[in-house]
Amino acid sequence: MDILSNLALGFSIALSPWTLFLALIGCFVGTIIGCLPGLGPSNGVALLIPISFSLGLDAISALVLLTSVYYGAMYGGRISSILLNIPGDEPAMMTTLDGYPMARQGRAGDALVISGVASFYGAVIATVGLMFLAPMLSRVAFQFGPAEYFALYMLAFCTLGGVGSNNQAKAAMAAAIGLGIAMIGLDKTTGMPRFTFGELHLMDGIDFLVAIVGLFAVAEVFHFIESHGKNSAIGVKLGKIRIPWGDLRKSQGAMARGTGIGFVAGILPGAGASLGSFLAYMAEKSVSKNRANFGKGAPEGVAAPEAGNNAAAGGALIPMLTLGVPGSGTTAVLLALLLTLNITPGPLLFTEKPDVVWSLIAALLIANIMLLVMNVPMVKVFVKILSVPSWVLLPGVTMVAFVGIYSLTGSSFDMLLMVAFGLLGWICRKLDIPTVPIILGILLGNAMEDNLRRAMVLSNGDWTYLFSSGISVALWTAAVLGFVAPMFLRRVLKKPPLPATESYDRD
Amino acid sequence: MAADRIFGVVMIVLALGYILSAMNIQTSFMSDPVGPRVFPYMVAGVIILCSLVMLLRPDPNANWPAPMMALKIGAALTVLVGYALLIRPMGFIIPTAIASAAISYMISPRPVPAALAGLGLGTGLFVLFKVVLGLGLVAFPRGWF
Repeated sequence: MDILSNLALGFSIALSPWTLFLALIGCFVGTIIGCLPGLGPSNGVALLIPISFSLGLDAISALVLLTSVYYGAMYGGRISSILLNIPGDEPAMMTTLDGYPMARQGRAGDALVISGVASFYGAVIATVGLMFLAPMLSRVAFQFGPAEYFALYMLAFCTLGGVGSNNQAKAAMAAAIGLGIAMIGLDKTTGMPRFTFGELHLMDGIDFLVAIVGLFAVAEVFHFIESHGKNSAIGVKLGKIRIPWGDLRKSQGAMARGTGIGFVAGILPGAGASLGSFLAYMAEKSVSKNRANFGKGAPEGVAAPEAGNNAAAGGALIPMLTLGVPGSGTTAVLLALLLTLNITPGPLLFTEKPDVVWSLIAALLIANIMLLVMNVPMVKVFVKILSVPSWVLLPGVTMVAFVGIYSLTGSSFDMLLMVAFGLLGWICRKLDIPTVPIILGILLGNAMEDNLRRAMVLSNGDWTYLFSSGISVALWTAAVLGFVAPMFLRRVLKKPPLPATESYDRD
Repeated sequence: MAADRIFGVVMIVLALGYILSAMNIQTSFMSDPVGPRVFPYMVAGVIILCSLVMLLRPDPNANWPAPMMALKIGAALTVLVGYALLIRPMGFIIPTAIASAAISYMISPRPVPAALAGLGLGTGLFVLFKVVLGLGLVAFPRGWF
């Protein structure tokens, strides 16, 4: 078996004491990041990239550390959803629907255990799926030429804009803003400066880490100051943690279905974990025998979205690793990490750097076992951390953002640029313009232009070449569908309202 | 309504400026068939198209901050800009303590906890990053000690 020997190679690298230690740290920090409201997997990983880079970690260590943070944040998001009715991150939103009512009924411990086990279930199966599917997809990706890659980038932007936002024009605008920013700097082909206005700092282009930390972390600070960050006191008592075997057995089906749906949603470009947990919850609600209880504290309603969002987190790694096209904000951040480490994701990654890929996969499996241990018996530790007041937390996050960029670039110009991106992120949030396409545009802009120009070199300037192969026509069709179809589907699939915090708080 | 329209107009102006700037990009004699200008033109075209949609079909208005809150956001922005400019000449601890105290005060306007948060974060983060993680930070302005 090819996969088994590869996996053995991965474990032989990932089982060293140093990487195990990093995975442990990453899982712990990640769970904290996930459970703190306002910090999710994407801004958490974004904050930590510059720091881990300045620490001088080698590629595999940095990758193990930050993917552990990524998975940890996916696990941690549920803690504040259940205890505070505040999703710790966006994908954990669906968990509030039944998790918080369960907590109100004095079953917070049960909800945490069920969701922890569901997270583990979804994440492990998705990682196994990744092991089988990613090498297959990378073989298909070998046939991709520049025209196909250009179409693929279009597909990523279109589905991200179509599925992930409420207004297509605004999503497309965001993507174009990102692409426009990516053009700043020296043109690779001709070596001529573009949009630098004689500013030396802009010659190398805008560092995507500066943009990411600004748009994700600094923007959050502005938002928090404005929303006055209702001080998050824990409203729910957490009793002794027991394992609710009965509920776990009952929600097995929900976990399996949630995992399947989440995994597929994760693979689709642009869909990601939020859609995965949403679809998993809606599907479970329509097939469950316990339907009437959904929204009132059904264990299945906790298990399905948690399995879904963690499975999607694993699934989303597939297009990111094999094609270099991320499916969500967090995988965009992980792509930024790979590019910072000088690893170019794509079909070649699996043949040229199998040690990186397979030690990453082994690390994911190890991280999940650590996370299960941390998140079921030790969940109380994180509940304590949740009570850190926001007037300490937010300044801390801001300063970490600055330290990261400062130690990475050492320039005031980049820090000012980061603040500017923070302001842009805040304005975009006000106007309901999604920021993930901006990031994706900045990350992929140069590669997208490069592929377009190489395609035109191959065809000698004939634009119909972009639609000349079967694969590219399929990708273009999918792109158009992904952009247009949600306009109609949006009327059918309405998001359920959040559980009523206010009414609970007043009683 | 108004917000979307204003944003749309601003973006059209920016996109036109972008096109203007793109027209001045020099090409070298050995360029490819597309050249360095076409992709920026396409991007600017998409921005203009989307801005027009925002102008014609704006979403309902966002909740814009009241004047007091706008002032507060402005103050936060000033603090962050000042911090970005001061961290190099002033060393890490003093600007960090002041900036975090200021942000803390904006979130929860109680002077003593805010000052404590500032002091704690200024020294605590320095210890974490410099001593534990070994990043190259300077504690105080050069020449103080």
